Amino acid sequence: MQERIVITGMGIISAIGNTVEENYNALLSGQSGVGELTLFESIHRETIKVGQVKKTTEQLIAELELSSDNNYTRTALLGAYAAKEAIANAGIRDINDRKTGLISSTSVGGMDYTEKYFFEYETTEASRKYIDAQGAGDSTDKIADYIGLKGFVTTISTACSSAANAVMMGARLLKAGKLDRVIVGGTDALSKFTVNGFNTLMILTDGYNTPFDQNRKGLNLGEAAAYLVLECEDIAIADGRTILGVVSGYANANDAYHQTASSENGEGAYLAMQKALKMANLSSNQVDYVNAHGTATPNNDLSEGRAMQRIFTDQMPLFSSTKPYTGHTLAAAGAIEAVYSLLAIQHGVVFPNKNFVTPMEELSIRPQTTLVHKEINTVLSNSFGFGGNCSTVIFSKF
Amino acid sequence: MKVYINGLGSVSCQEGTRNFKSADLTKVSQGLNQATQPSYKDLIPAGMLRRMAKGVKMGIYASHSALEEANITVPDAVITGTGLGCLIDSEKFLCAMLENNESYLTPTSFIQSTHNTVGGQIALQLQCMGYNFTYVHQNTSFESALLDALLQVQAGELDNALIGGVDEIGDMTMHFLQLAKKINTTDEVFTKGVNYGEGATFMVLENRLTAQSYAEVVDTDISNRIDSVPDYIKTFLARQSLTPNQIEVLVVGSNQTANDGTYYSEAQNICSNSVVETFKEFSGEYHTASAFGLLNACEMLKYQQLFSTGESKSIEYILVYNQFDGKDHSLTLLKKC
Repeated sequence: MQERIVITGMGIISAIGNTVEENYNALLSGQSGVGELTLFESIHRETIKVGQVKKTTEQLIAELELSSDNNYTRTALLGAYAAKEAIANAGIRDINDRKTGLISSTSVGGMDYTEKYFFEYETTEASRKYIDAQGAGDSTDKIADYIGLKGFVTTISTACSSAANAVMMGARLLKAGKLDRVIVGGTDALSKFTVNGFNTLMILTDGYNTPFDQNRKGLNLGEAAAYLVLECEDIAIADGRTILGVVSGYANANDAYHQTASSENGEGAYLAMQKALKMANLSSNQVDYVNAHGTATPNNDLSEGRAMQRIFTDQMPLFSSTKPYTGHTLAAAGAIEAVYSLLAIQHGVVFPNKNFVTPMEELSIRPQTTLVHKEINTVLSNSFGFGGNCSTVIFSKF
Repeated sequence: MKVYINGLGSVSCQEGTRNFKSADLTKVSQGLNQATQPSYKDLIPAGMLRRMAKGVKMGIYASHSALEEANITVPDAVITGTGLGCLIDSEKFLCAMLENNESYLTPTSFIQSTHNTVGGQIALQLQCMGYNFTYVHQNTSFESALLDALLQVQAGELDNALIGGVDEIGDMTMHFLQLAKKINTTDEVFTKGVNYGEGATFMVLENRLTAQSYAEVVDTDISNRIDSVPDYIKTFLARQSLTPNQIEVLVVGSNQTANDGTYYSEAQNICSNSVVETFKEFSGEYHTASAFGLLNACEMLKYQQLFSTGESKSIEYILVYNQFDGKDHSLTLLKKC
């Protein structure tokens, strides 16, 4: 049997907390982080709500003890903050004492600073240090430098499935023996660019997002970063790590239907779930909880809902979307929800799908709306993105 | 399992999609160099063509060319790399947003600004429902895609994969990089200034040796920073029980500027039996330009002929080494097949 890929550390910063523990407590108490947009000026401030991290950029810089001439964008700062917690949580003292890689993901990259200084670059030399920070890879570079990692470093950007894909590539590199351990995840800061982009697509709600509800009106954007430390089982054991769970299956498929919309029967999502279950060697009735993508856009929830009904037929496990807590954190979402999936396994709990009132006419399945304590051995986590990108990762108890 | 490159295609500053001989090519000019656009009308319906991002068009063209040569209709996977994605649309949306105070915006350029647009559009065109990843890590974006595909074909998870690197010139971003003295202007050459290009280079990796096969991809590696070039190369080759003196051709991503540091000369010193070949004087620098270098390496192996001089040479191994300003190092080892 092939060596298992295990999770030995995790770190997160989101609208509901700056640590894993704070996130867990907010999920238990049902406290949402979605609220007013105060991070930057926008004409949409009155009409939309977002999931902001409760730290200013200045606070993040101070807490990470960066020099004043740094050119970290907010995306890089959030990433470094969460990666630091993941490494500490795993108990890694020297990042380079094993062959370690970093696979981060982002959709917005340094756009939050580019949009701030775009018209200043011409006249203000001091702002030019951010010109190079726009590229998505720059945020990963900054995180690697911050944690002192030398070696395999790359970045994935497949829109809202990015971080799930980072988990997959990380697991692949470990299985191939290219690395001993790998830090995988994603980071995305809120930006005016994404707020306006999603606004033109008319998929932002003016209220609080209500996944899988008949009257859902769209998503709330959020910002966050989360990272997992993945290791080969034998190395994790040899290093005396606490093992939080196993990456038991994963798959990526393309819906090949439309650049931004999902197909009506969720073919891509269906294929991703089916292939991931096959890799995990699990039948669908062995899944205890599905952490759905559940963005609360009319299109996603219908497509994903239908795909889940096709996969699980009449034995739908408990499922919920945790986006009412954090907002949709785009490229980071797959990593945020990986942390939540592992918390579900660790504590034996299913987090409720907040804000759900009316079942969807097209679906026979209903999300879990109250907190449930029960043994959770296997969680299936979905992440879907523009470009038809559909990803599923399955986490199991060690 | 062995992995072969069975199809190539590119859109670059040069004419033609492949089969490049240095004597027939034009060196890029000082400053910015747009890619020579082929005729897209046979490939893409006119209605779509108008709205389509340049990167998407170049990607569709180059991938079509590579797939056709490999005789594959729908690949098992589409894996792309890009430094900045469809930059022109990103700038368009950003400018419109800033100039019109967030009003009167339309979604087209926002949608195309998403980094995985090229990969997504190729899948949509081909109706390819397989694995679809996009890497966006500066100067190792393409090599990340190459490594991903290589591991999956080696492991038998895929029979073949379409991989590619694509980047486009965005006027405003490049202008800012000129202000920052990172890209030369037509009037001025900066110490660390490069001549910039754009393009798309696609390849088909496959588990079968065919009449079309260019080369075997033996291994590839990326590293954000390295301590020593000789050690990096020696360790990489040792994984295949090879030594640097077995490399007959060393392809380096040199810009002949201060960004080169001593990296390429150190590589040249350790690969003491190698002929050194360069390519960025024909492609220009951009985040995925190294894919153009790999394309040249493939042709040198297949035709057993040097790119620079056209001279015949018996070549067993080619090593491609790229880095940029001391960061994002990559090595790719190709073998004659």
